Amino acid sequence: MSDATFPTDRPSLLRMALCKPGFMVGILIIGFSVLLAIFPGFFAPYDPNALDYLAVRQPPSWAHPFGTDLLGRDSLSRVIWAYQVNMQMAVFGTVFALVTGVVVGALVGYYRGIADLIFGRIVDAVITFPFLVLVIAVVAVLGPGLINMYIAISVVYWVYYARLMRAEVIAQMGNDYAAAGVVMGYSDRRIIFRHLLPNAITPVVVYWMTDMALVILLGSSLGYLGLGAQPPQAEWGVLIAEGRNFISTAWWLSLMPGIAIVLTGLGFSLLGDGLADLLRPRG
Amino acid sequence: MTTVMQIRDLHLRFPLGRSLMDHVKGRPGRVVQALNGVSLDLIQGETLGVVGESGCGKSTLARCIVRLYPPSEGSILFEGQDVFAGDARADRSYNRRVQMMFQDPYSSLNPRMTTGQILAEALSVHQMRPEPEIPARVSELLELVRLPQDAQHRLPHEFSGGQRQRIAIARALAVEPEVLIADELVSALDVSVQAQVVNLLLDLQRDLGLTILFVAHDLRLVRHVSNRVAVIYLGRIVEIGDSETLFSAPAHPYSQALLSAAPSLNPDNRGNATRLEGELPSPLNMPSGCPFHVRCPHASDICKSTIPALTPFEGCGEVACHHVEEINAHA
Repeated sequence: MSDATFPTDRPSLLRMALCKPGFMVGILIIGFSVLLAIFPGFFAPYDPNALDYLAVRQPPSWAHPFGTDLLGRDSLSRVIWAYQVNMQMAVFGTVFALVTGVVVGALVGYYRGIADLIFGRIVDAVITFPFLVLVIAVVAVLGPGLINMYIAISVVYWVYYARLMRAEVIAQMGNDYAAAGVVMGYSDRRIIFRHLLPNAITPVVVYWMTDMALVILLGSSLGYLGLGAQPPQAEWGVLIAEGRNFISTAWWLSLMPGIAIVLTGLGFSLLGDGLADLLRPRG
Repeated sequence: MTTVMQIRDLHLRFPLGRSLMDHVKGRPGRVVQALNGVSLDLIQGETLGVVGESGCGKSTLARCIVRLYPPSEGSILFEGQDVFAGDARADRSYNRRVQMMFQDPYSSLNPRMTTGQILAEALSVHQMRPEPEIPARVSELLELVRLPQDAQHRLPHEFSGGQRQRIAIARALAVEPEVLIADELVSALDVSVQAQVVNLLLDLQRDLGLTILFVAHDLRLVRHVSNRVAVIYLGRIVEIGDSETLFSAPAHPYSQALLSAAPSLNPDNRGNATRLEGELPSPLNMPSGCPFHVRCPHASDICKSTIPALTPFEGCGEVACHHVEEINAHA
């Protein structure tokens, strides 16, 4: 037994990713979306705020592939510039909730007791409210705008991450490696953050991906309602709202940003699916 | 003969919570009585086997000793110090000196850490070696448990059950403990691998002078490894004594039944096993008096009312039975 050798059968992450077409498509969509968000000026053919009163509400053409809006601005350029706002939403609308939720969830899952009881009541209170109504209420108090929208989403959303994390930490604690950590005399902090967290985080990361899609949708909804990004800023929800009155005559105004939302949402979902497979511990 | 650990009258109850009906009727909540007054001495350098049916409290006892469960009553003294006393709980050096190995090798290793990381973590947290010497010590430990050096860079899922158990042994030994608690160390392994792991453990015990508490339900294995054996029934020790004597002439009626249930290699022994009536009573609802009286063929009135104490019985170690003398006079 002492000179037994092991087969080297660990495929690289890249090779595993290539085997999954869905995951690949997700990476491409999100990768391209990130590029658009970082360098919108490079991809957009026109200035998104340049007005042209001689070309108002023009249907898609070679000069304006997505048509023009009611002020003669190029729709394609506005959809591309909106990537900057909406991708930013996907990150800032989730990341604070993610970090808070993971830490709080891990702690209440590990220590249980009275903190867990209080946490349970908070969860009950938050999930019985319709999510959108709660966010709108917070925005109504703070006033409209992107920053306030991020605050509103984070204040509500961390609960969902924390709930997921708590359940996963409790499940992981059923494994003896957590008990082994205690027996080894490791500190609680080490057991929670070095041992339990890396094993419990997978579903949270996958959820995060879907959540980014949801937050884009939510941000667009708030933009549409006038509570998120404010015109003239290009944002998909705002763009759809601008085209609302012309839906039968100038359909491209609302359709094109709508397609952008669907595509990005699809990208995040595929990415989440692929990551779920990739991050699953083997053996 | 120095006693390293003294377990005194250890009780452990798990409350199950009260149902709505319990509240309405004013009944107290139900309680699982996992340990009911276990007293035990662990002697330096010995291997003490702990045997009993499933659910009798063997593993609970093991987990209590390494402070995974705080006892409801009673104490555990390690070198005279109560390990559950106020400030002693914060003392992690007890955890270094008393180590445990778990039953399930598939869940006792963190699936996201390589063998090298697992061992290095144990070494660096307890500062067993200065940081630069840790890699060399990790190699030594792998050699000690007879794993190849390239195991360092592999994750637990790449190993078999027996190899994982050896990683767990290496992790326990990394912190140079004095006492090892082996909770069903090999029961999840194939018989051929069991022998390798157990013999490795015995070699290490001889070389390093370890004291081992060996919890198992495999009687022949316990006989092979132990110097002394304790028989547990419903969270209480019913007999404890020298391994060979206990196995060849058990005195307590429960030990007799338990040992005769073990399959024998001698075909002539077939059929004369003492069979037990009934089932293990639920620890939710403990019988009064001697916990064994509901199944014991020798039970009398005193067994139903009074709990027998562990008392020395001629040449047999200690036995907790009111009728031990009559029973063994018959035999």
